[in-house]
Amino acid sequence: MVDRLLGRRPVAGPVAPEDAKAEMWNRVQLARNLRRPRTLDLLAEMADEIIEIHGDRAFGDDAAMACGFARIDGHRVVFIGQQKGADTDENVRRNFGMPHPEGYRKAMRAMDLAERFGLPVVTFVDVPGAHPGPESEERGIAEAIARSIGLMTRLRTPIVSVITGEGGSGGAIAIAVGDVVIALENAVYAVISPEGCAAILWRSSDEAATAALAMRMSADDQQALGVVDQVVAEPGEGAHADHAETARRLRTVIVAELDRLERIPTDELLAARYERYRAFGAYTETAAPPMTPPPNRGLADRVRDLLDPTRWLTGTSTTGTPRRDDPTAPEEA
Amino acid sequence: MPIKLPSFRPRKDAYPADLWTKCPSCSEMLFNKQLDKSDRVCPTCGHHFRLSAEARIALLVDDRSFVEVDAGLQSVDALGFVDQKPYPDRLAAAQLATGMRDAAVRGTATIDGHRVSLCVMDFAFMGGSMGAVVGEKVTRAAEQALMERLPLIIVSASGGARMQEGTLALMQLAKTCAALERLRAAGVPYISIMSDPTTGGVFASYAVLGDINIAEPNALIGFAGARVAAGTIAQELPPGFQRSEFLFEHGFVDRVVARRSLRGEIADLLRYLVPGEQRPAADNGRSLFDPIGFLTSLADRVVPDLPAPEEAPARPTEPADDVPAARAADREATRG
Repeated sequence: MVDRLLGRRPVAGPVAPEDAKAEMWNRVQLARNLRRPRTLDLLAEMADEIIEIHGDRAFGDDAAMACGFARIDGHRVVFIGQQKGADTDENVRRNFGMPHPEGYRKAMRAMDLAERFGLPVVTFVDVPGAHPGPESEERGIAEAIARSIGLMTRLRTPIVSVITGEGGSGGAIAIAVGDVVIALENAVYAVISPEGCAAILWRSSDEAATAALAMRMSADDQQALGVVDQVVAEPGEGAHADHAETARRLRTVIVAELDRLERIPTDELLAARYERYRAFGAYTETAAPPMTPPPNRGLADRVRDLLDPTRWLTGTSTTGTPRRDDPTAPEEA
Repeated sequence: MPIKLPSFRPRKDAYPADLWTKCPSCSEMLFNKQLDKSDRVCPTCGHHFRLSAEARIALLVDDRSFVEVDAGLQSVDALGFVDQKPYPDRLAAAQLATGMRDAAVRGTATIDGHRVSLCVMDFAFMGGSMGAVVGEKVTRAAEQALMERLPLIIVSASGGARMQEGTLALMQLAKTCAALERLRAAGVPYISIMSDPTTGGVFASYAVLGDINIAEPNALIGFAGARVAAGTIAQELPPGFQRSEFLFEHGFVDRVVARRSLRGEIADLLRYLVPGEQRPAADNGRSLFDPIGFLTSLADRVVPDLPAPEEAPARPTEPADDVPAARAADREATRG
C-alpha cells in the first residue's frame, strides 16, 4: 500500500533467510578477527620502506592511528591507518584501534604533508568506531572527524582508501574519502555497529546479525551500492590465514590505482572526487508546492485597498494577490 | 449535608496531554498556547523545548521572507531495509505525523534584511536523522550559498545519520563537508546553529564546521550517545557532559545563545561576515511606514484622470527559484 502510494516496487523477501544472516555474521567476525593483518602488518609486507611519524603537534601522539611515509613498488606515498593491537597488551596501548581526536589530527598533518610534497595518500581503514569517551568529546572528536573529511575532499593529491577490516561509521569515513575505495573481501562498512543498530531498532543487541544483514555491510554489498569500487579476494579462510598473500594481492591493486590516479590532472581529480561523493544518496524529486508565505499586507496596503477607486467601480480588489505564488510546475520526476 | 464545592486546584492527572506540557527541567506545568507564545521556552526556568522546522523558521527570519525550495525531495529505500517495520512504512508514518517529506526544510529568507540560504532540521521526523534528503538539502543550500554568495545558515536538530540508509547515509558526511569546504574556500560565511539534540554524524560533519558555531542553552550536543560512551568505556560521565555549556567550555561553540536573542545575534554577526554590505533599508516583511510615498500613491489613486500606477509585483521574483529548477532538469531525478 505504502509502496504503491510512493510509486515503488515492493522490497524482495520480508524475512532474510537464516543462512544469509549466518553468512553475514561470519563476515563480521572475520573482519574483527584478532589475527587479521593490521595497517602496519600489511605495510611491512607490501612496502620496501616505512617511516612512521608521530604526534598531532597539539596534544599528543595517538597509537591507534599510524601515519608516515612508505615506498610501495617505487611509489613514494603517505600512509594513514588505524592500528589495532595483536594482543591484549598492544590493544590496550593502541586503544583497540579506536583513535582519539589527536589521531585524526595527526592524520590531517600527514595529509597536509602529502599535499605539500606531492605524495599520494594511501589510507587503511580498520576501526570499530572513533573513541566515544568523555576525553574524546572534550578534545572535539566530532570536529576532528569533520575537518578530516573536509580536508580529504579538497586534498590536491591522489587518495586511495582501503577498507581492510571494520569500517566503523564516522571514525572510518574520516580517513576513507578516497578517489577510489577498495575493500578486502571480508571487510565490513557500516554507519553504526551492528550491535548499536540492533539495540536501537530492535531494542536488543541479540539481533546484531539481523542488523548487519539489513545494513548490507559486507564488502560485496558495499560495492553494489557504489560505496566501494573494488573488492579484493582474501586467500584461503581469510586474510588472517595468510598476511603475506593478502598484502601481495592488495599491493597489486593499490599500485595499479596509484598509476592510474597519478596520471589524472589534479583539477580533474578533485572535480571527480567531489562528484563521487556528491552523487551518494537515493531520493526522488517530485513537484511539491513550496511553503511560500502569503504576501505581507501592512496597514498602508489595506488602507490603499479601501481607497482604491477601481474597487468601488467593479466591486473587486485589484491589489489582492493570490495567497500562494503559483508554483512553476516541474515535471513529475 | 455539605455542599461539594468545585475545586479550582488543578490536579496533576487532570491535565489533558494536548493542553499542558510538563517542563522536564523544573516540572512546572505549562499551558501549551503560552509555551508556543514564548517560543517554546519555559517561562519559569528557561528550558528550551524542541522546535518544529516551521516554528524555527518563523522565529529566525524576517516575517514572511522564507521561500522554500526543493520541497519535493523524498528518500528512496535503496537498501530494502526492514527492521521491525520496513523503512518505507517508517517514512510514510513520519510523513503523516509531521506533514513533512523529510527531516529538513531549505530555502532562502532574509534575516534583518540580509538575504541568506537557510536549511532547518526537524527532530520530529525520524529523530531528525540524516539520510539522502537531508544530505542533499544541506549540500544544495551550501551550493546555492556559494553560487549567489549568500551567507549559509543551518539549524541542526538530529540524532545523527539515518541507519535505514546504511553507508549511503554515512556518505552524506562527505557530501556535505565537501560542499562546505568549497564555501570556505570562496569566503562565503556559514553560521551553524545547534539545537537540542545535535549528535552523531550531523555533529561530526556540517554542524561542527560553522565559521561561527552557536548553540542553544543546555542542548545535547555530542559525537557518541551518552549511553554508548558510558557503556563502551565503563566510566563515570562528568556532569553536564555533552551539553552546550560543556562544548562552550572546551572551545567548540562560540556562543551559547538563548532562543529569543538568536535572530538578533545572527543579524549582528552577518554585519561582520558579509563583506561590504550595508545594513539595507527594511524593504520586506515589516516594512517601515513611508508617509510621503503613501500620500503620493494615495493622490495617484484618488485623482481619477491620472492613469493608475503600475501595480508593483507583490514580491520581487526570486532568482533563487530558477537556479535549482534549472539544475534539477539536468540532474537525474533518482539515483541509486
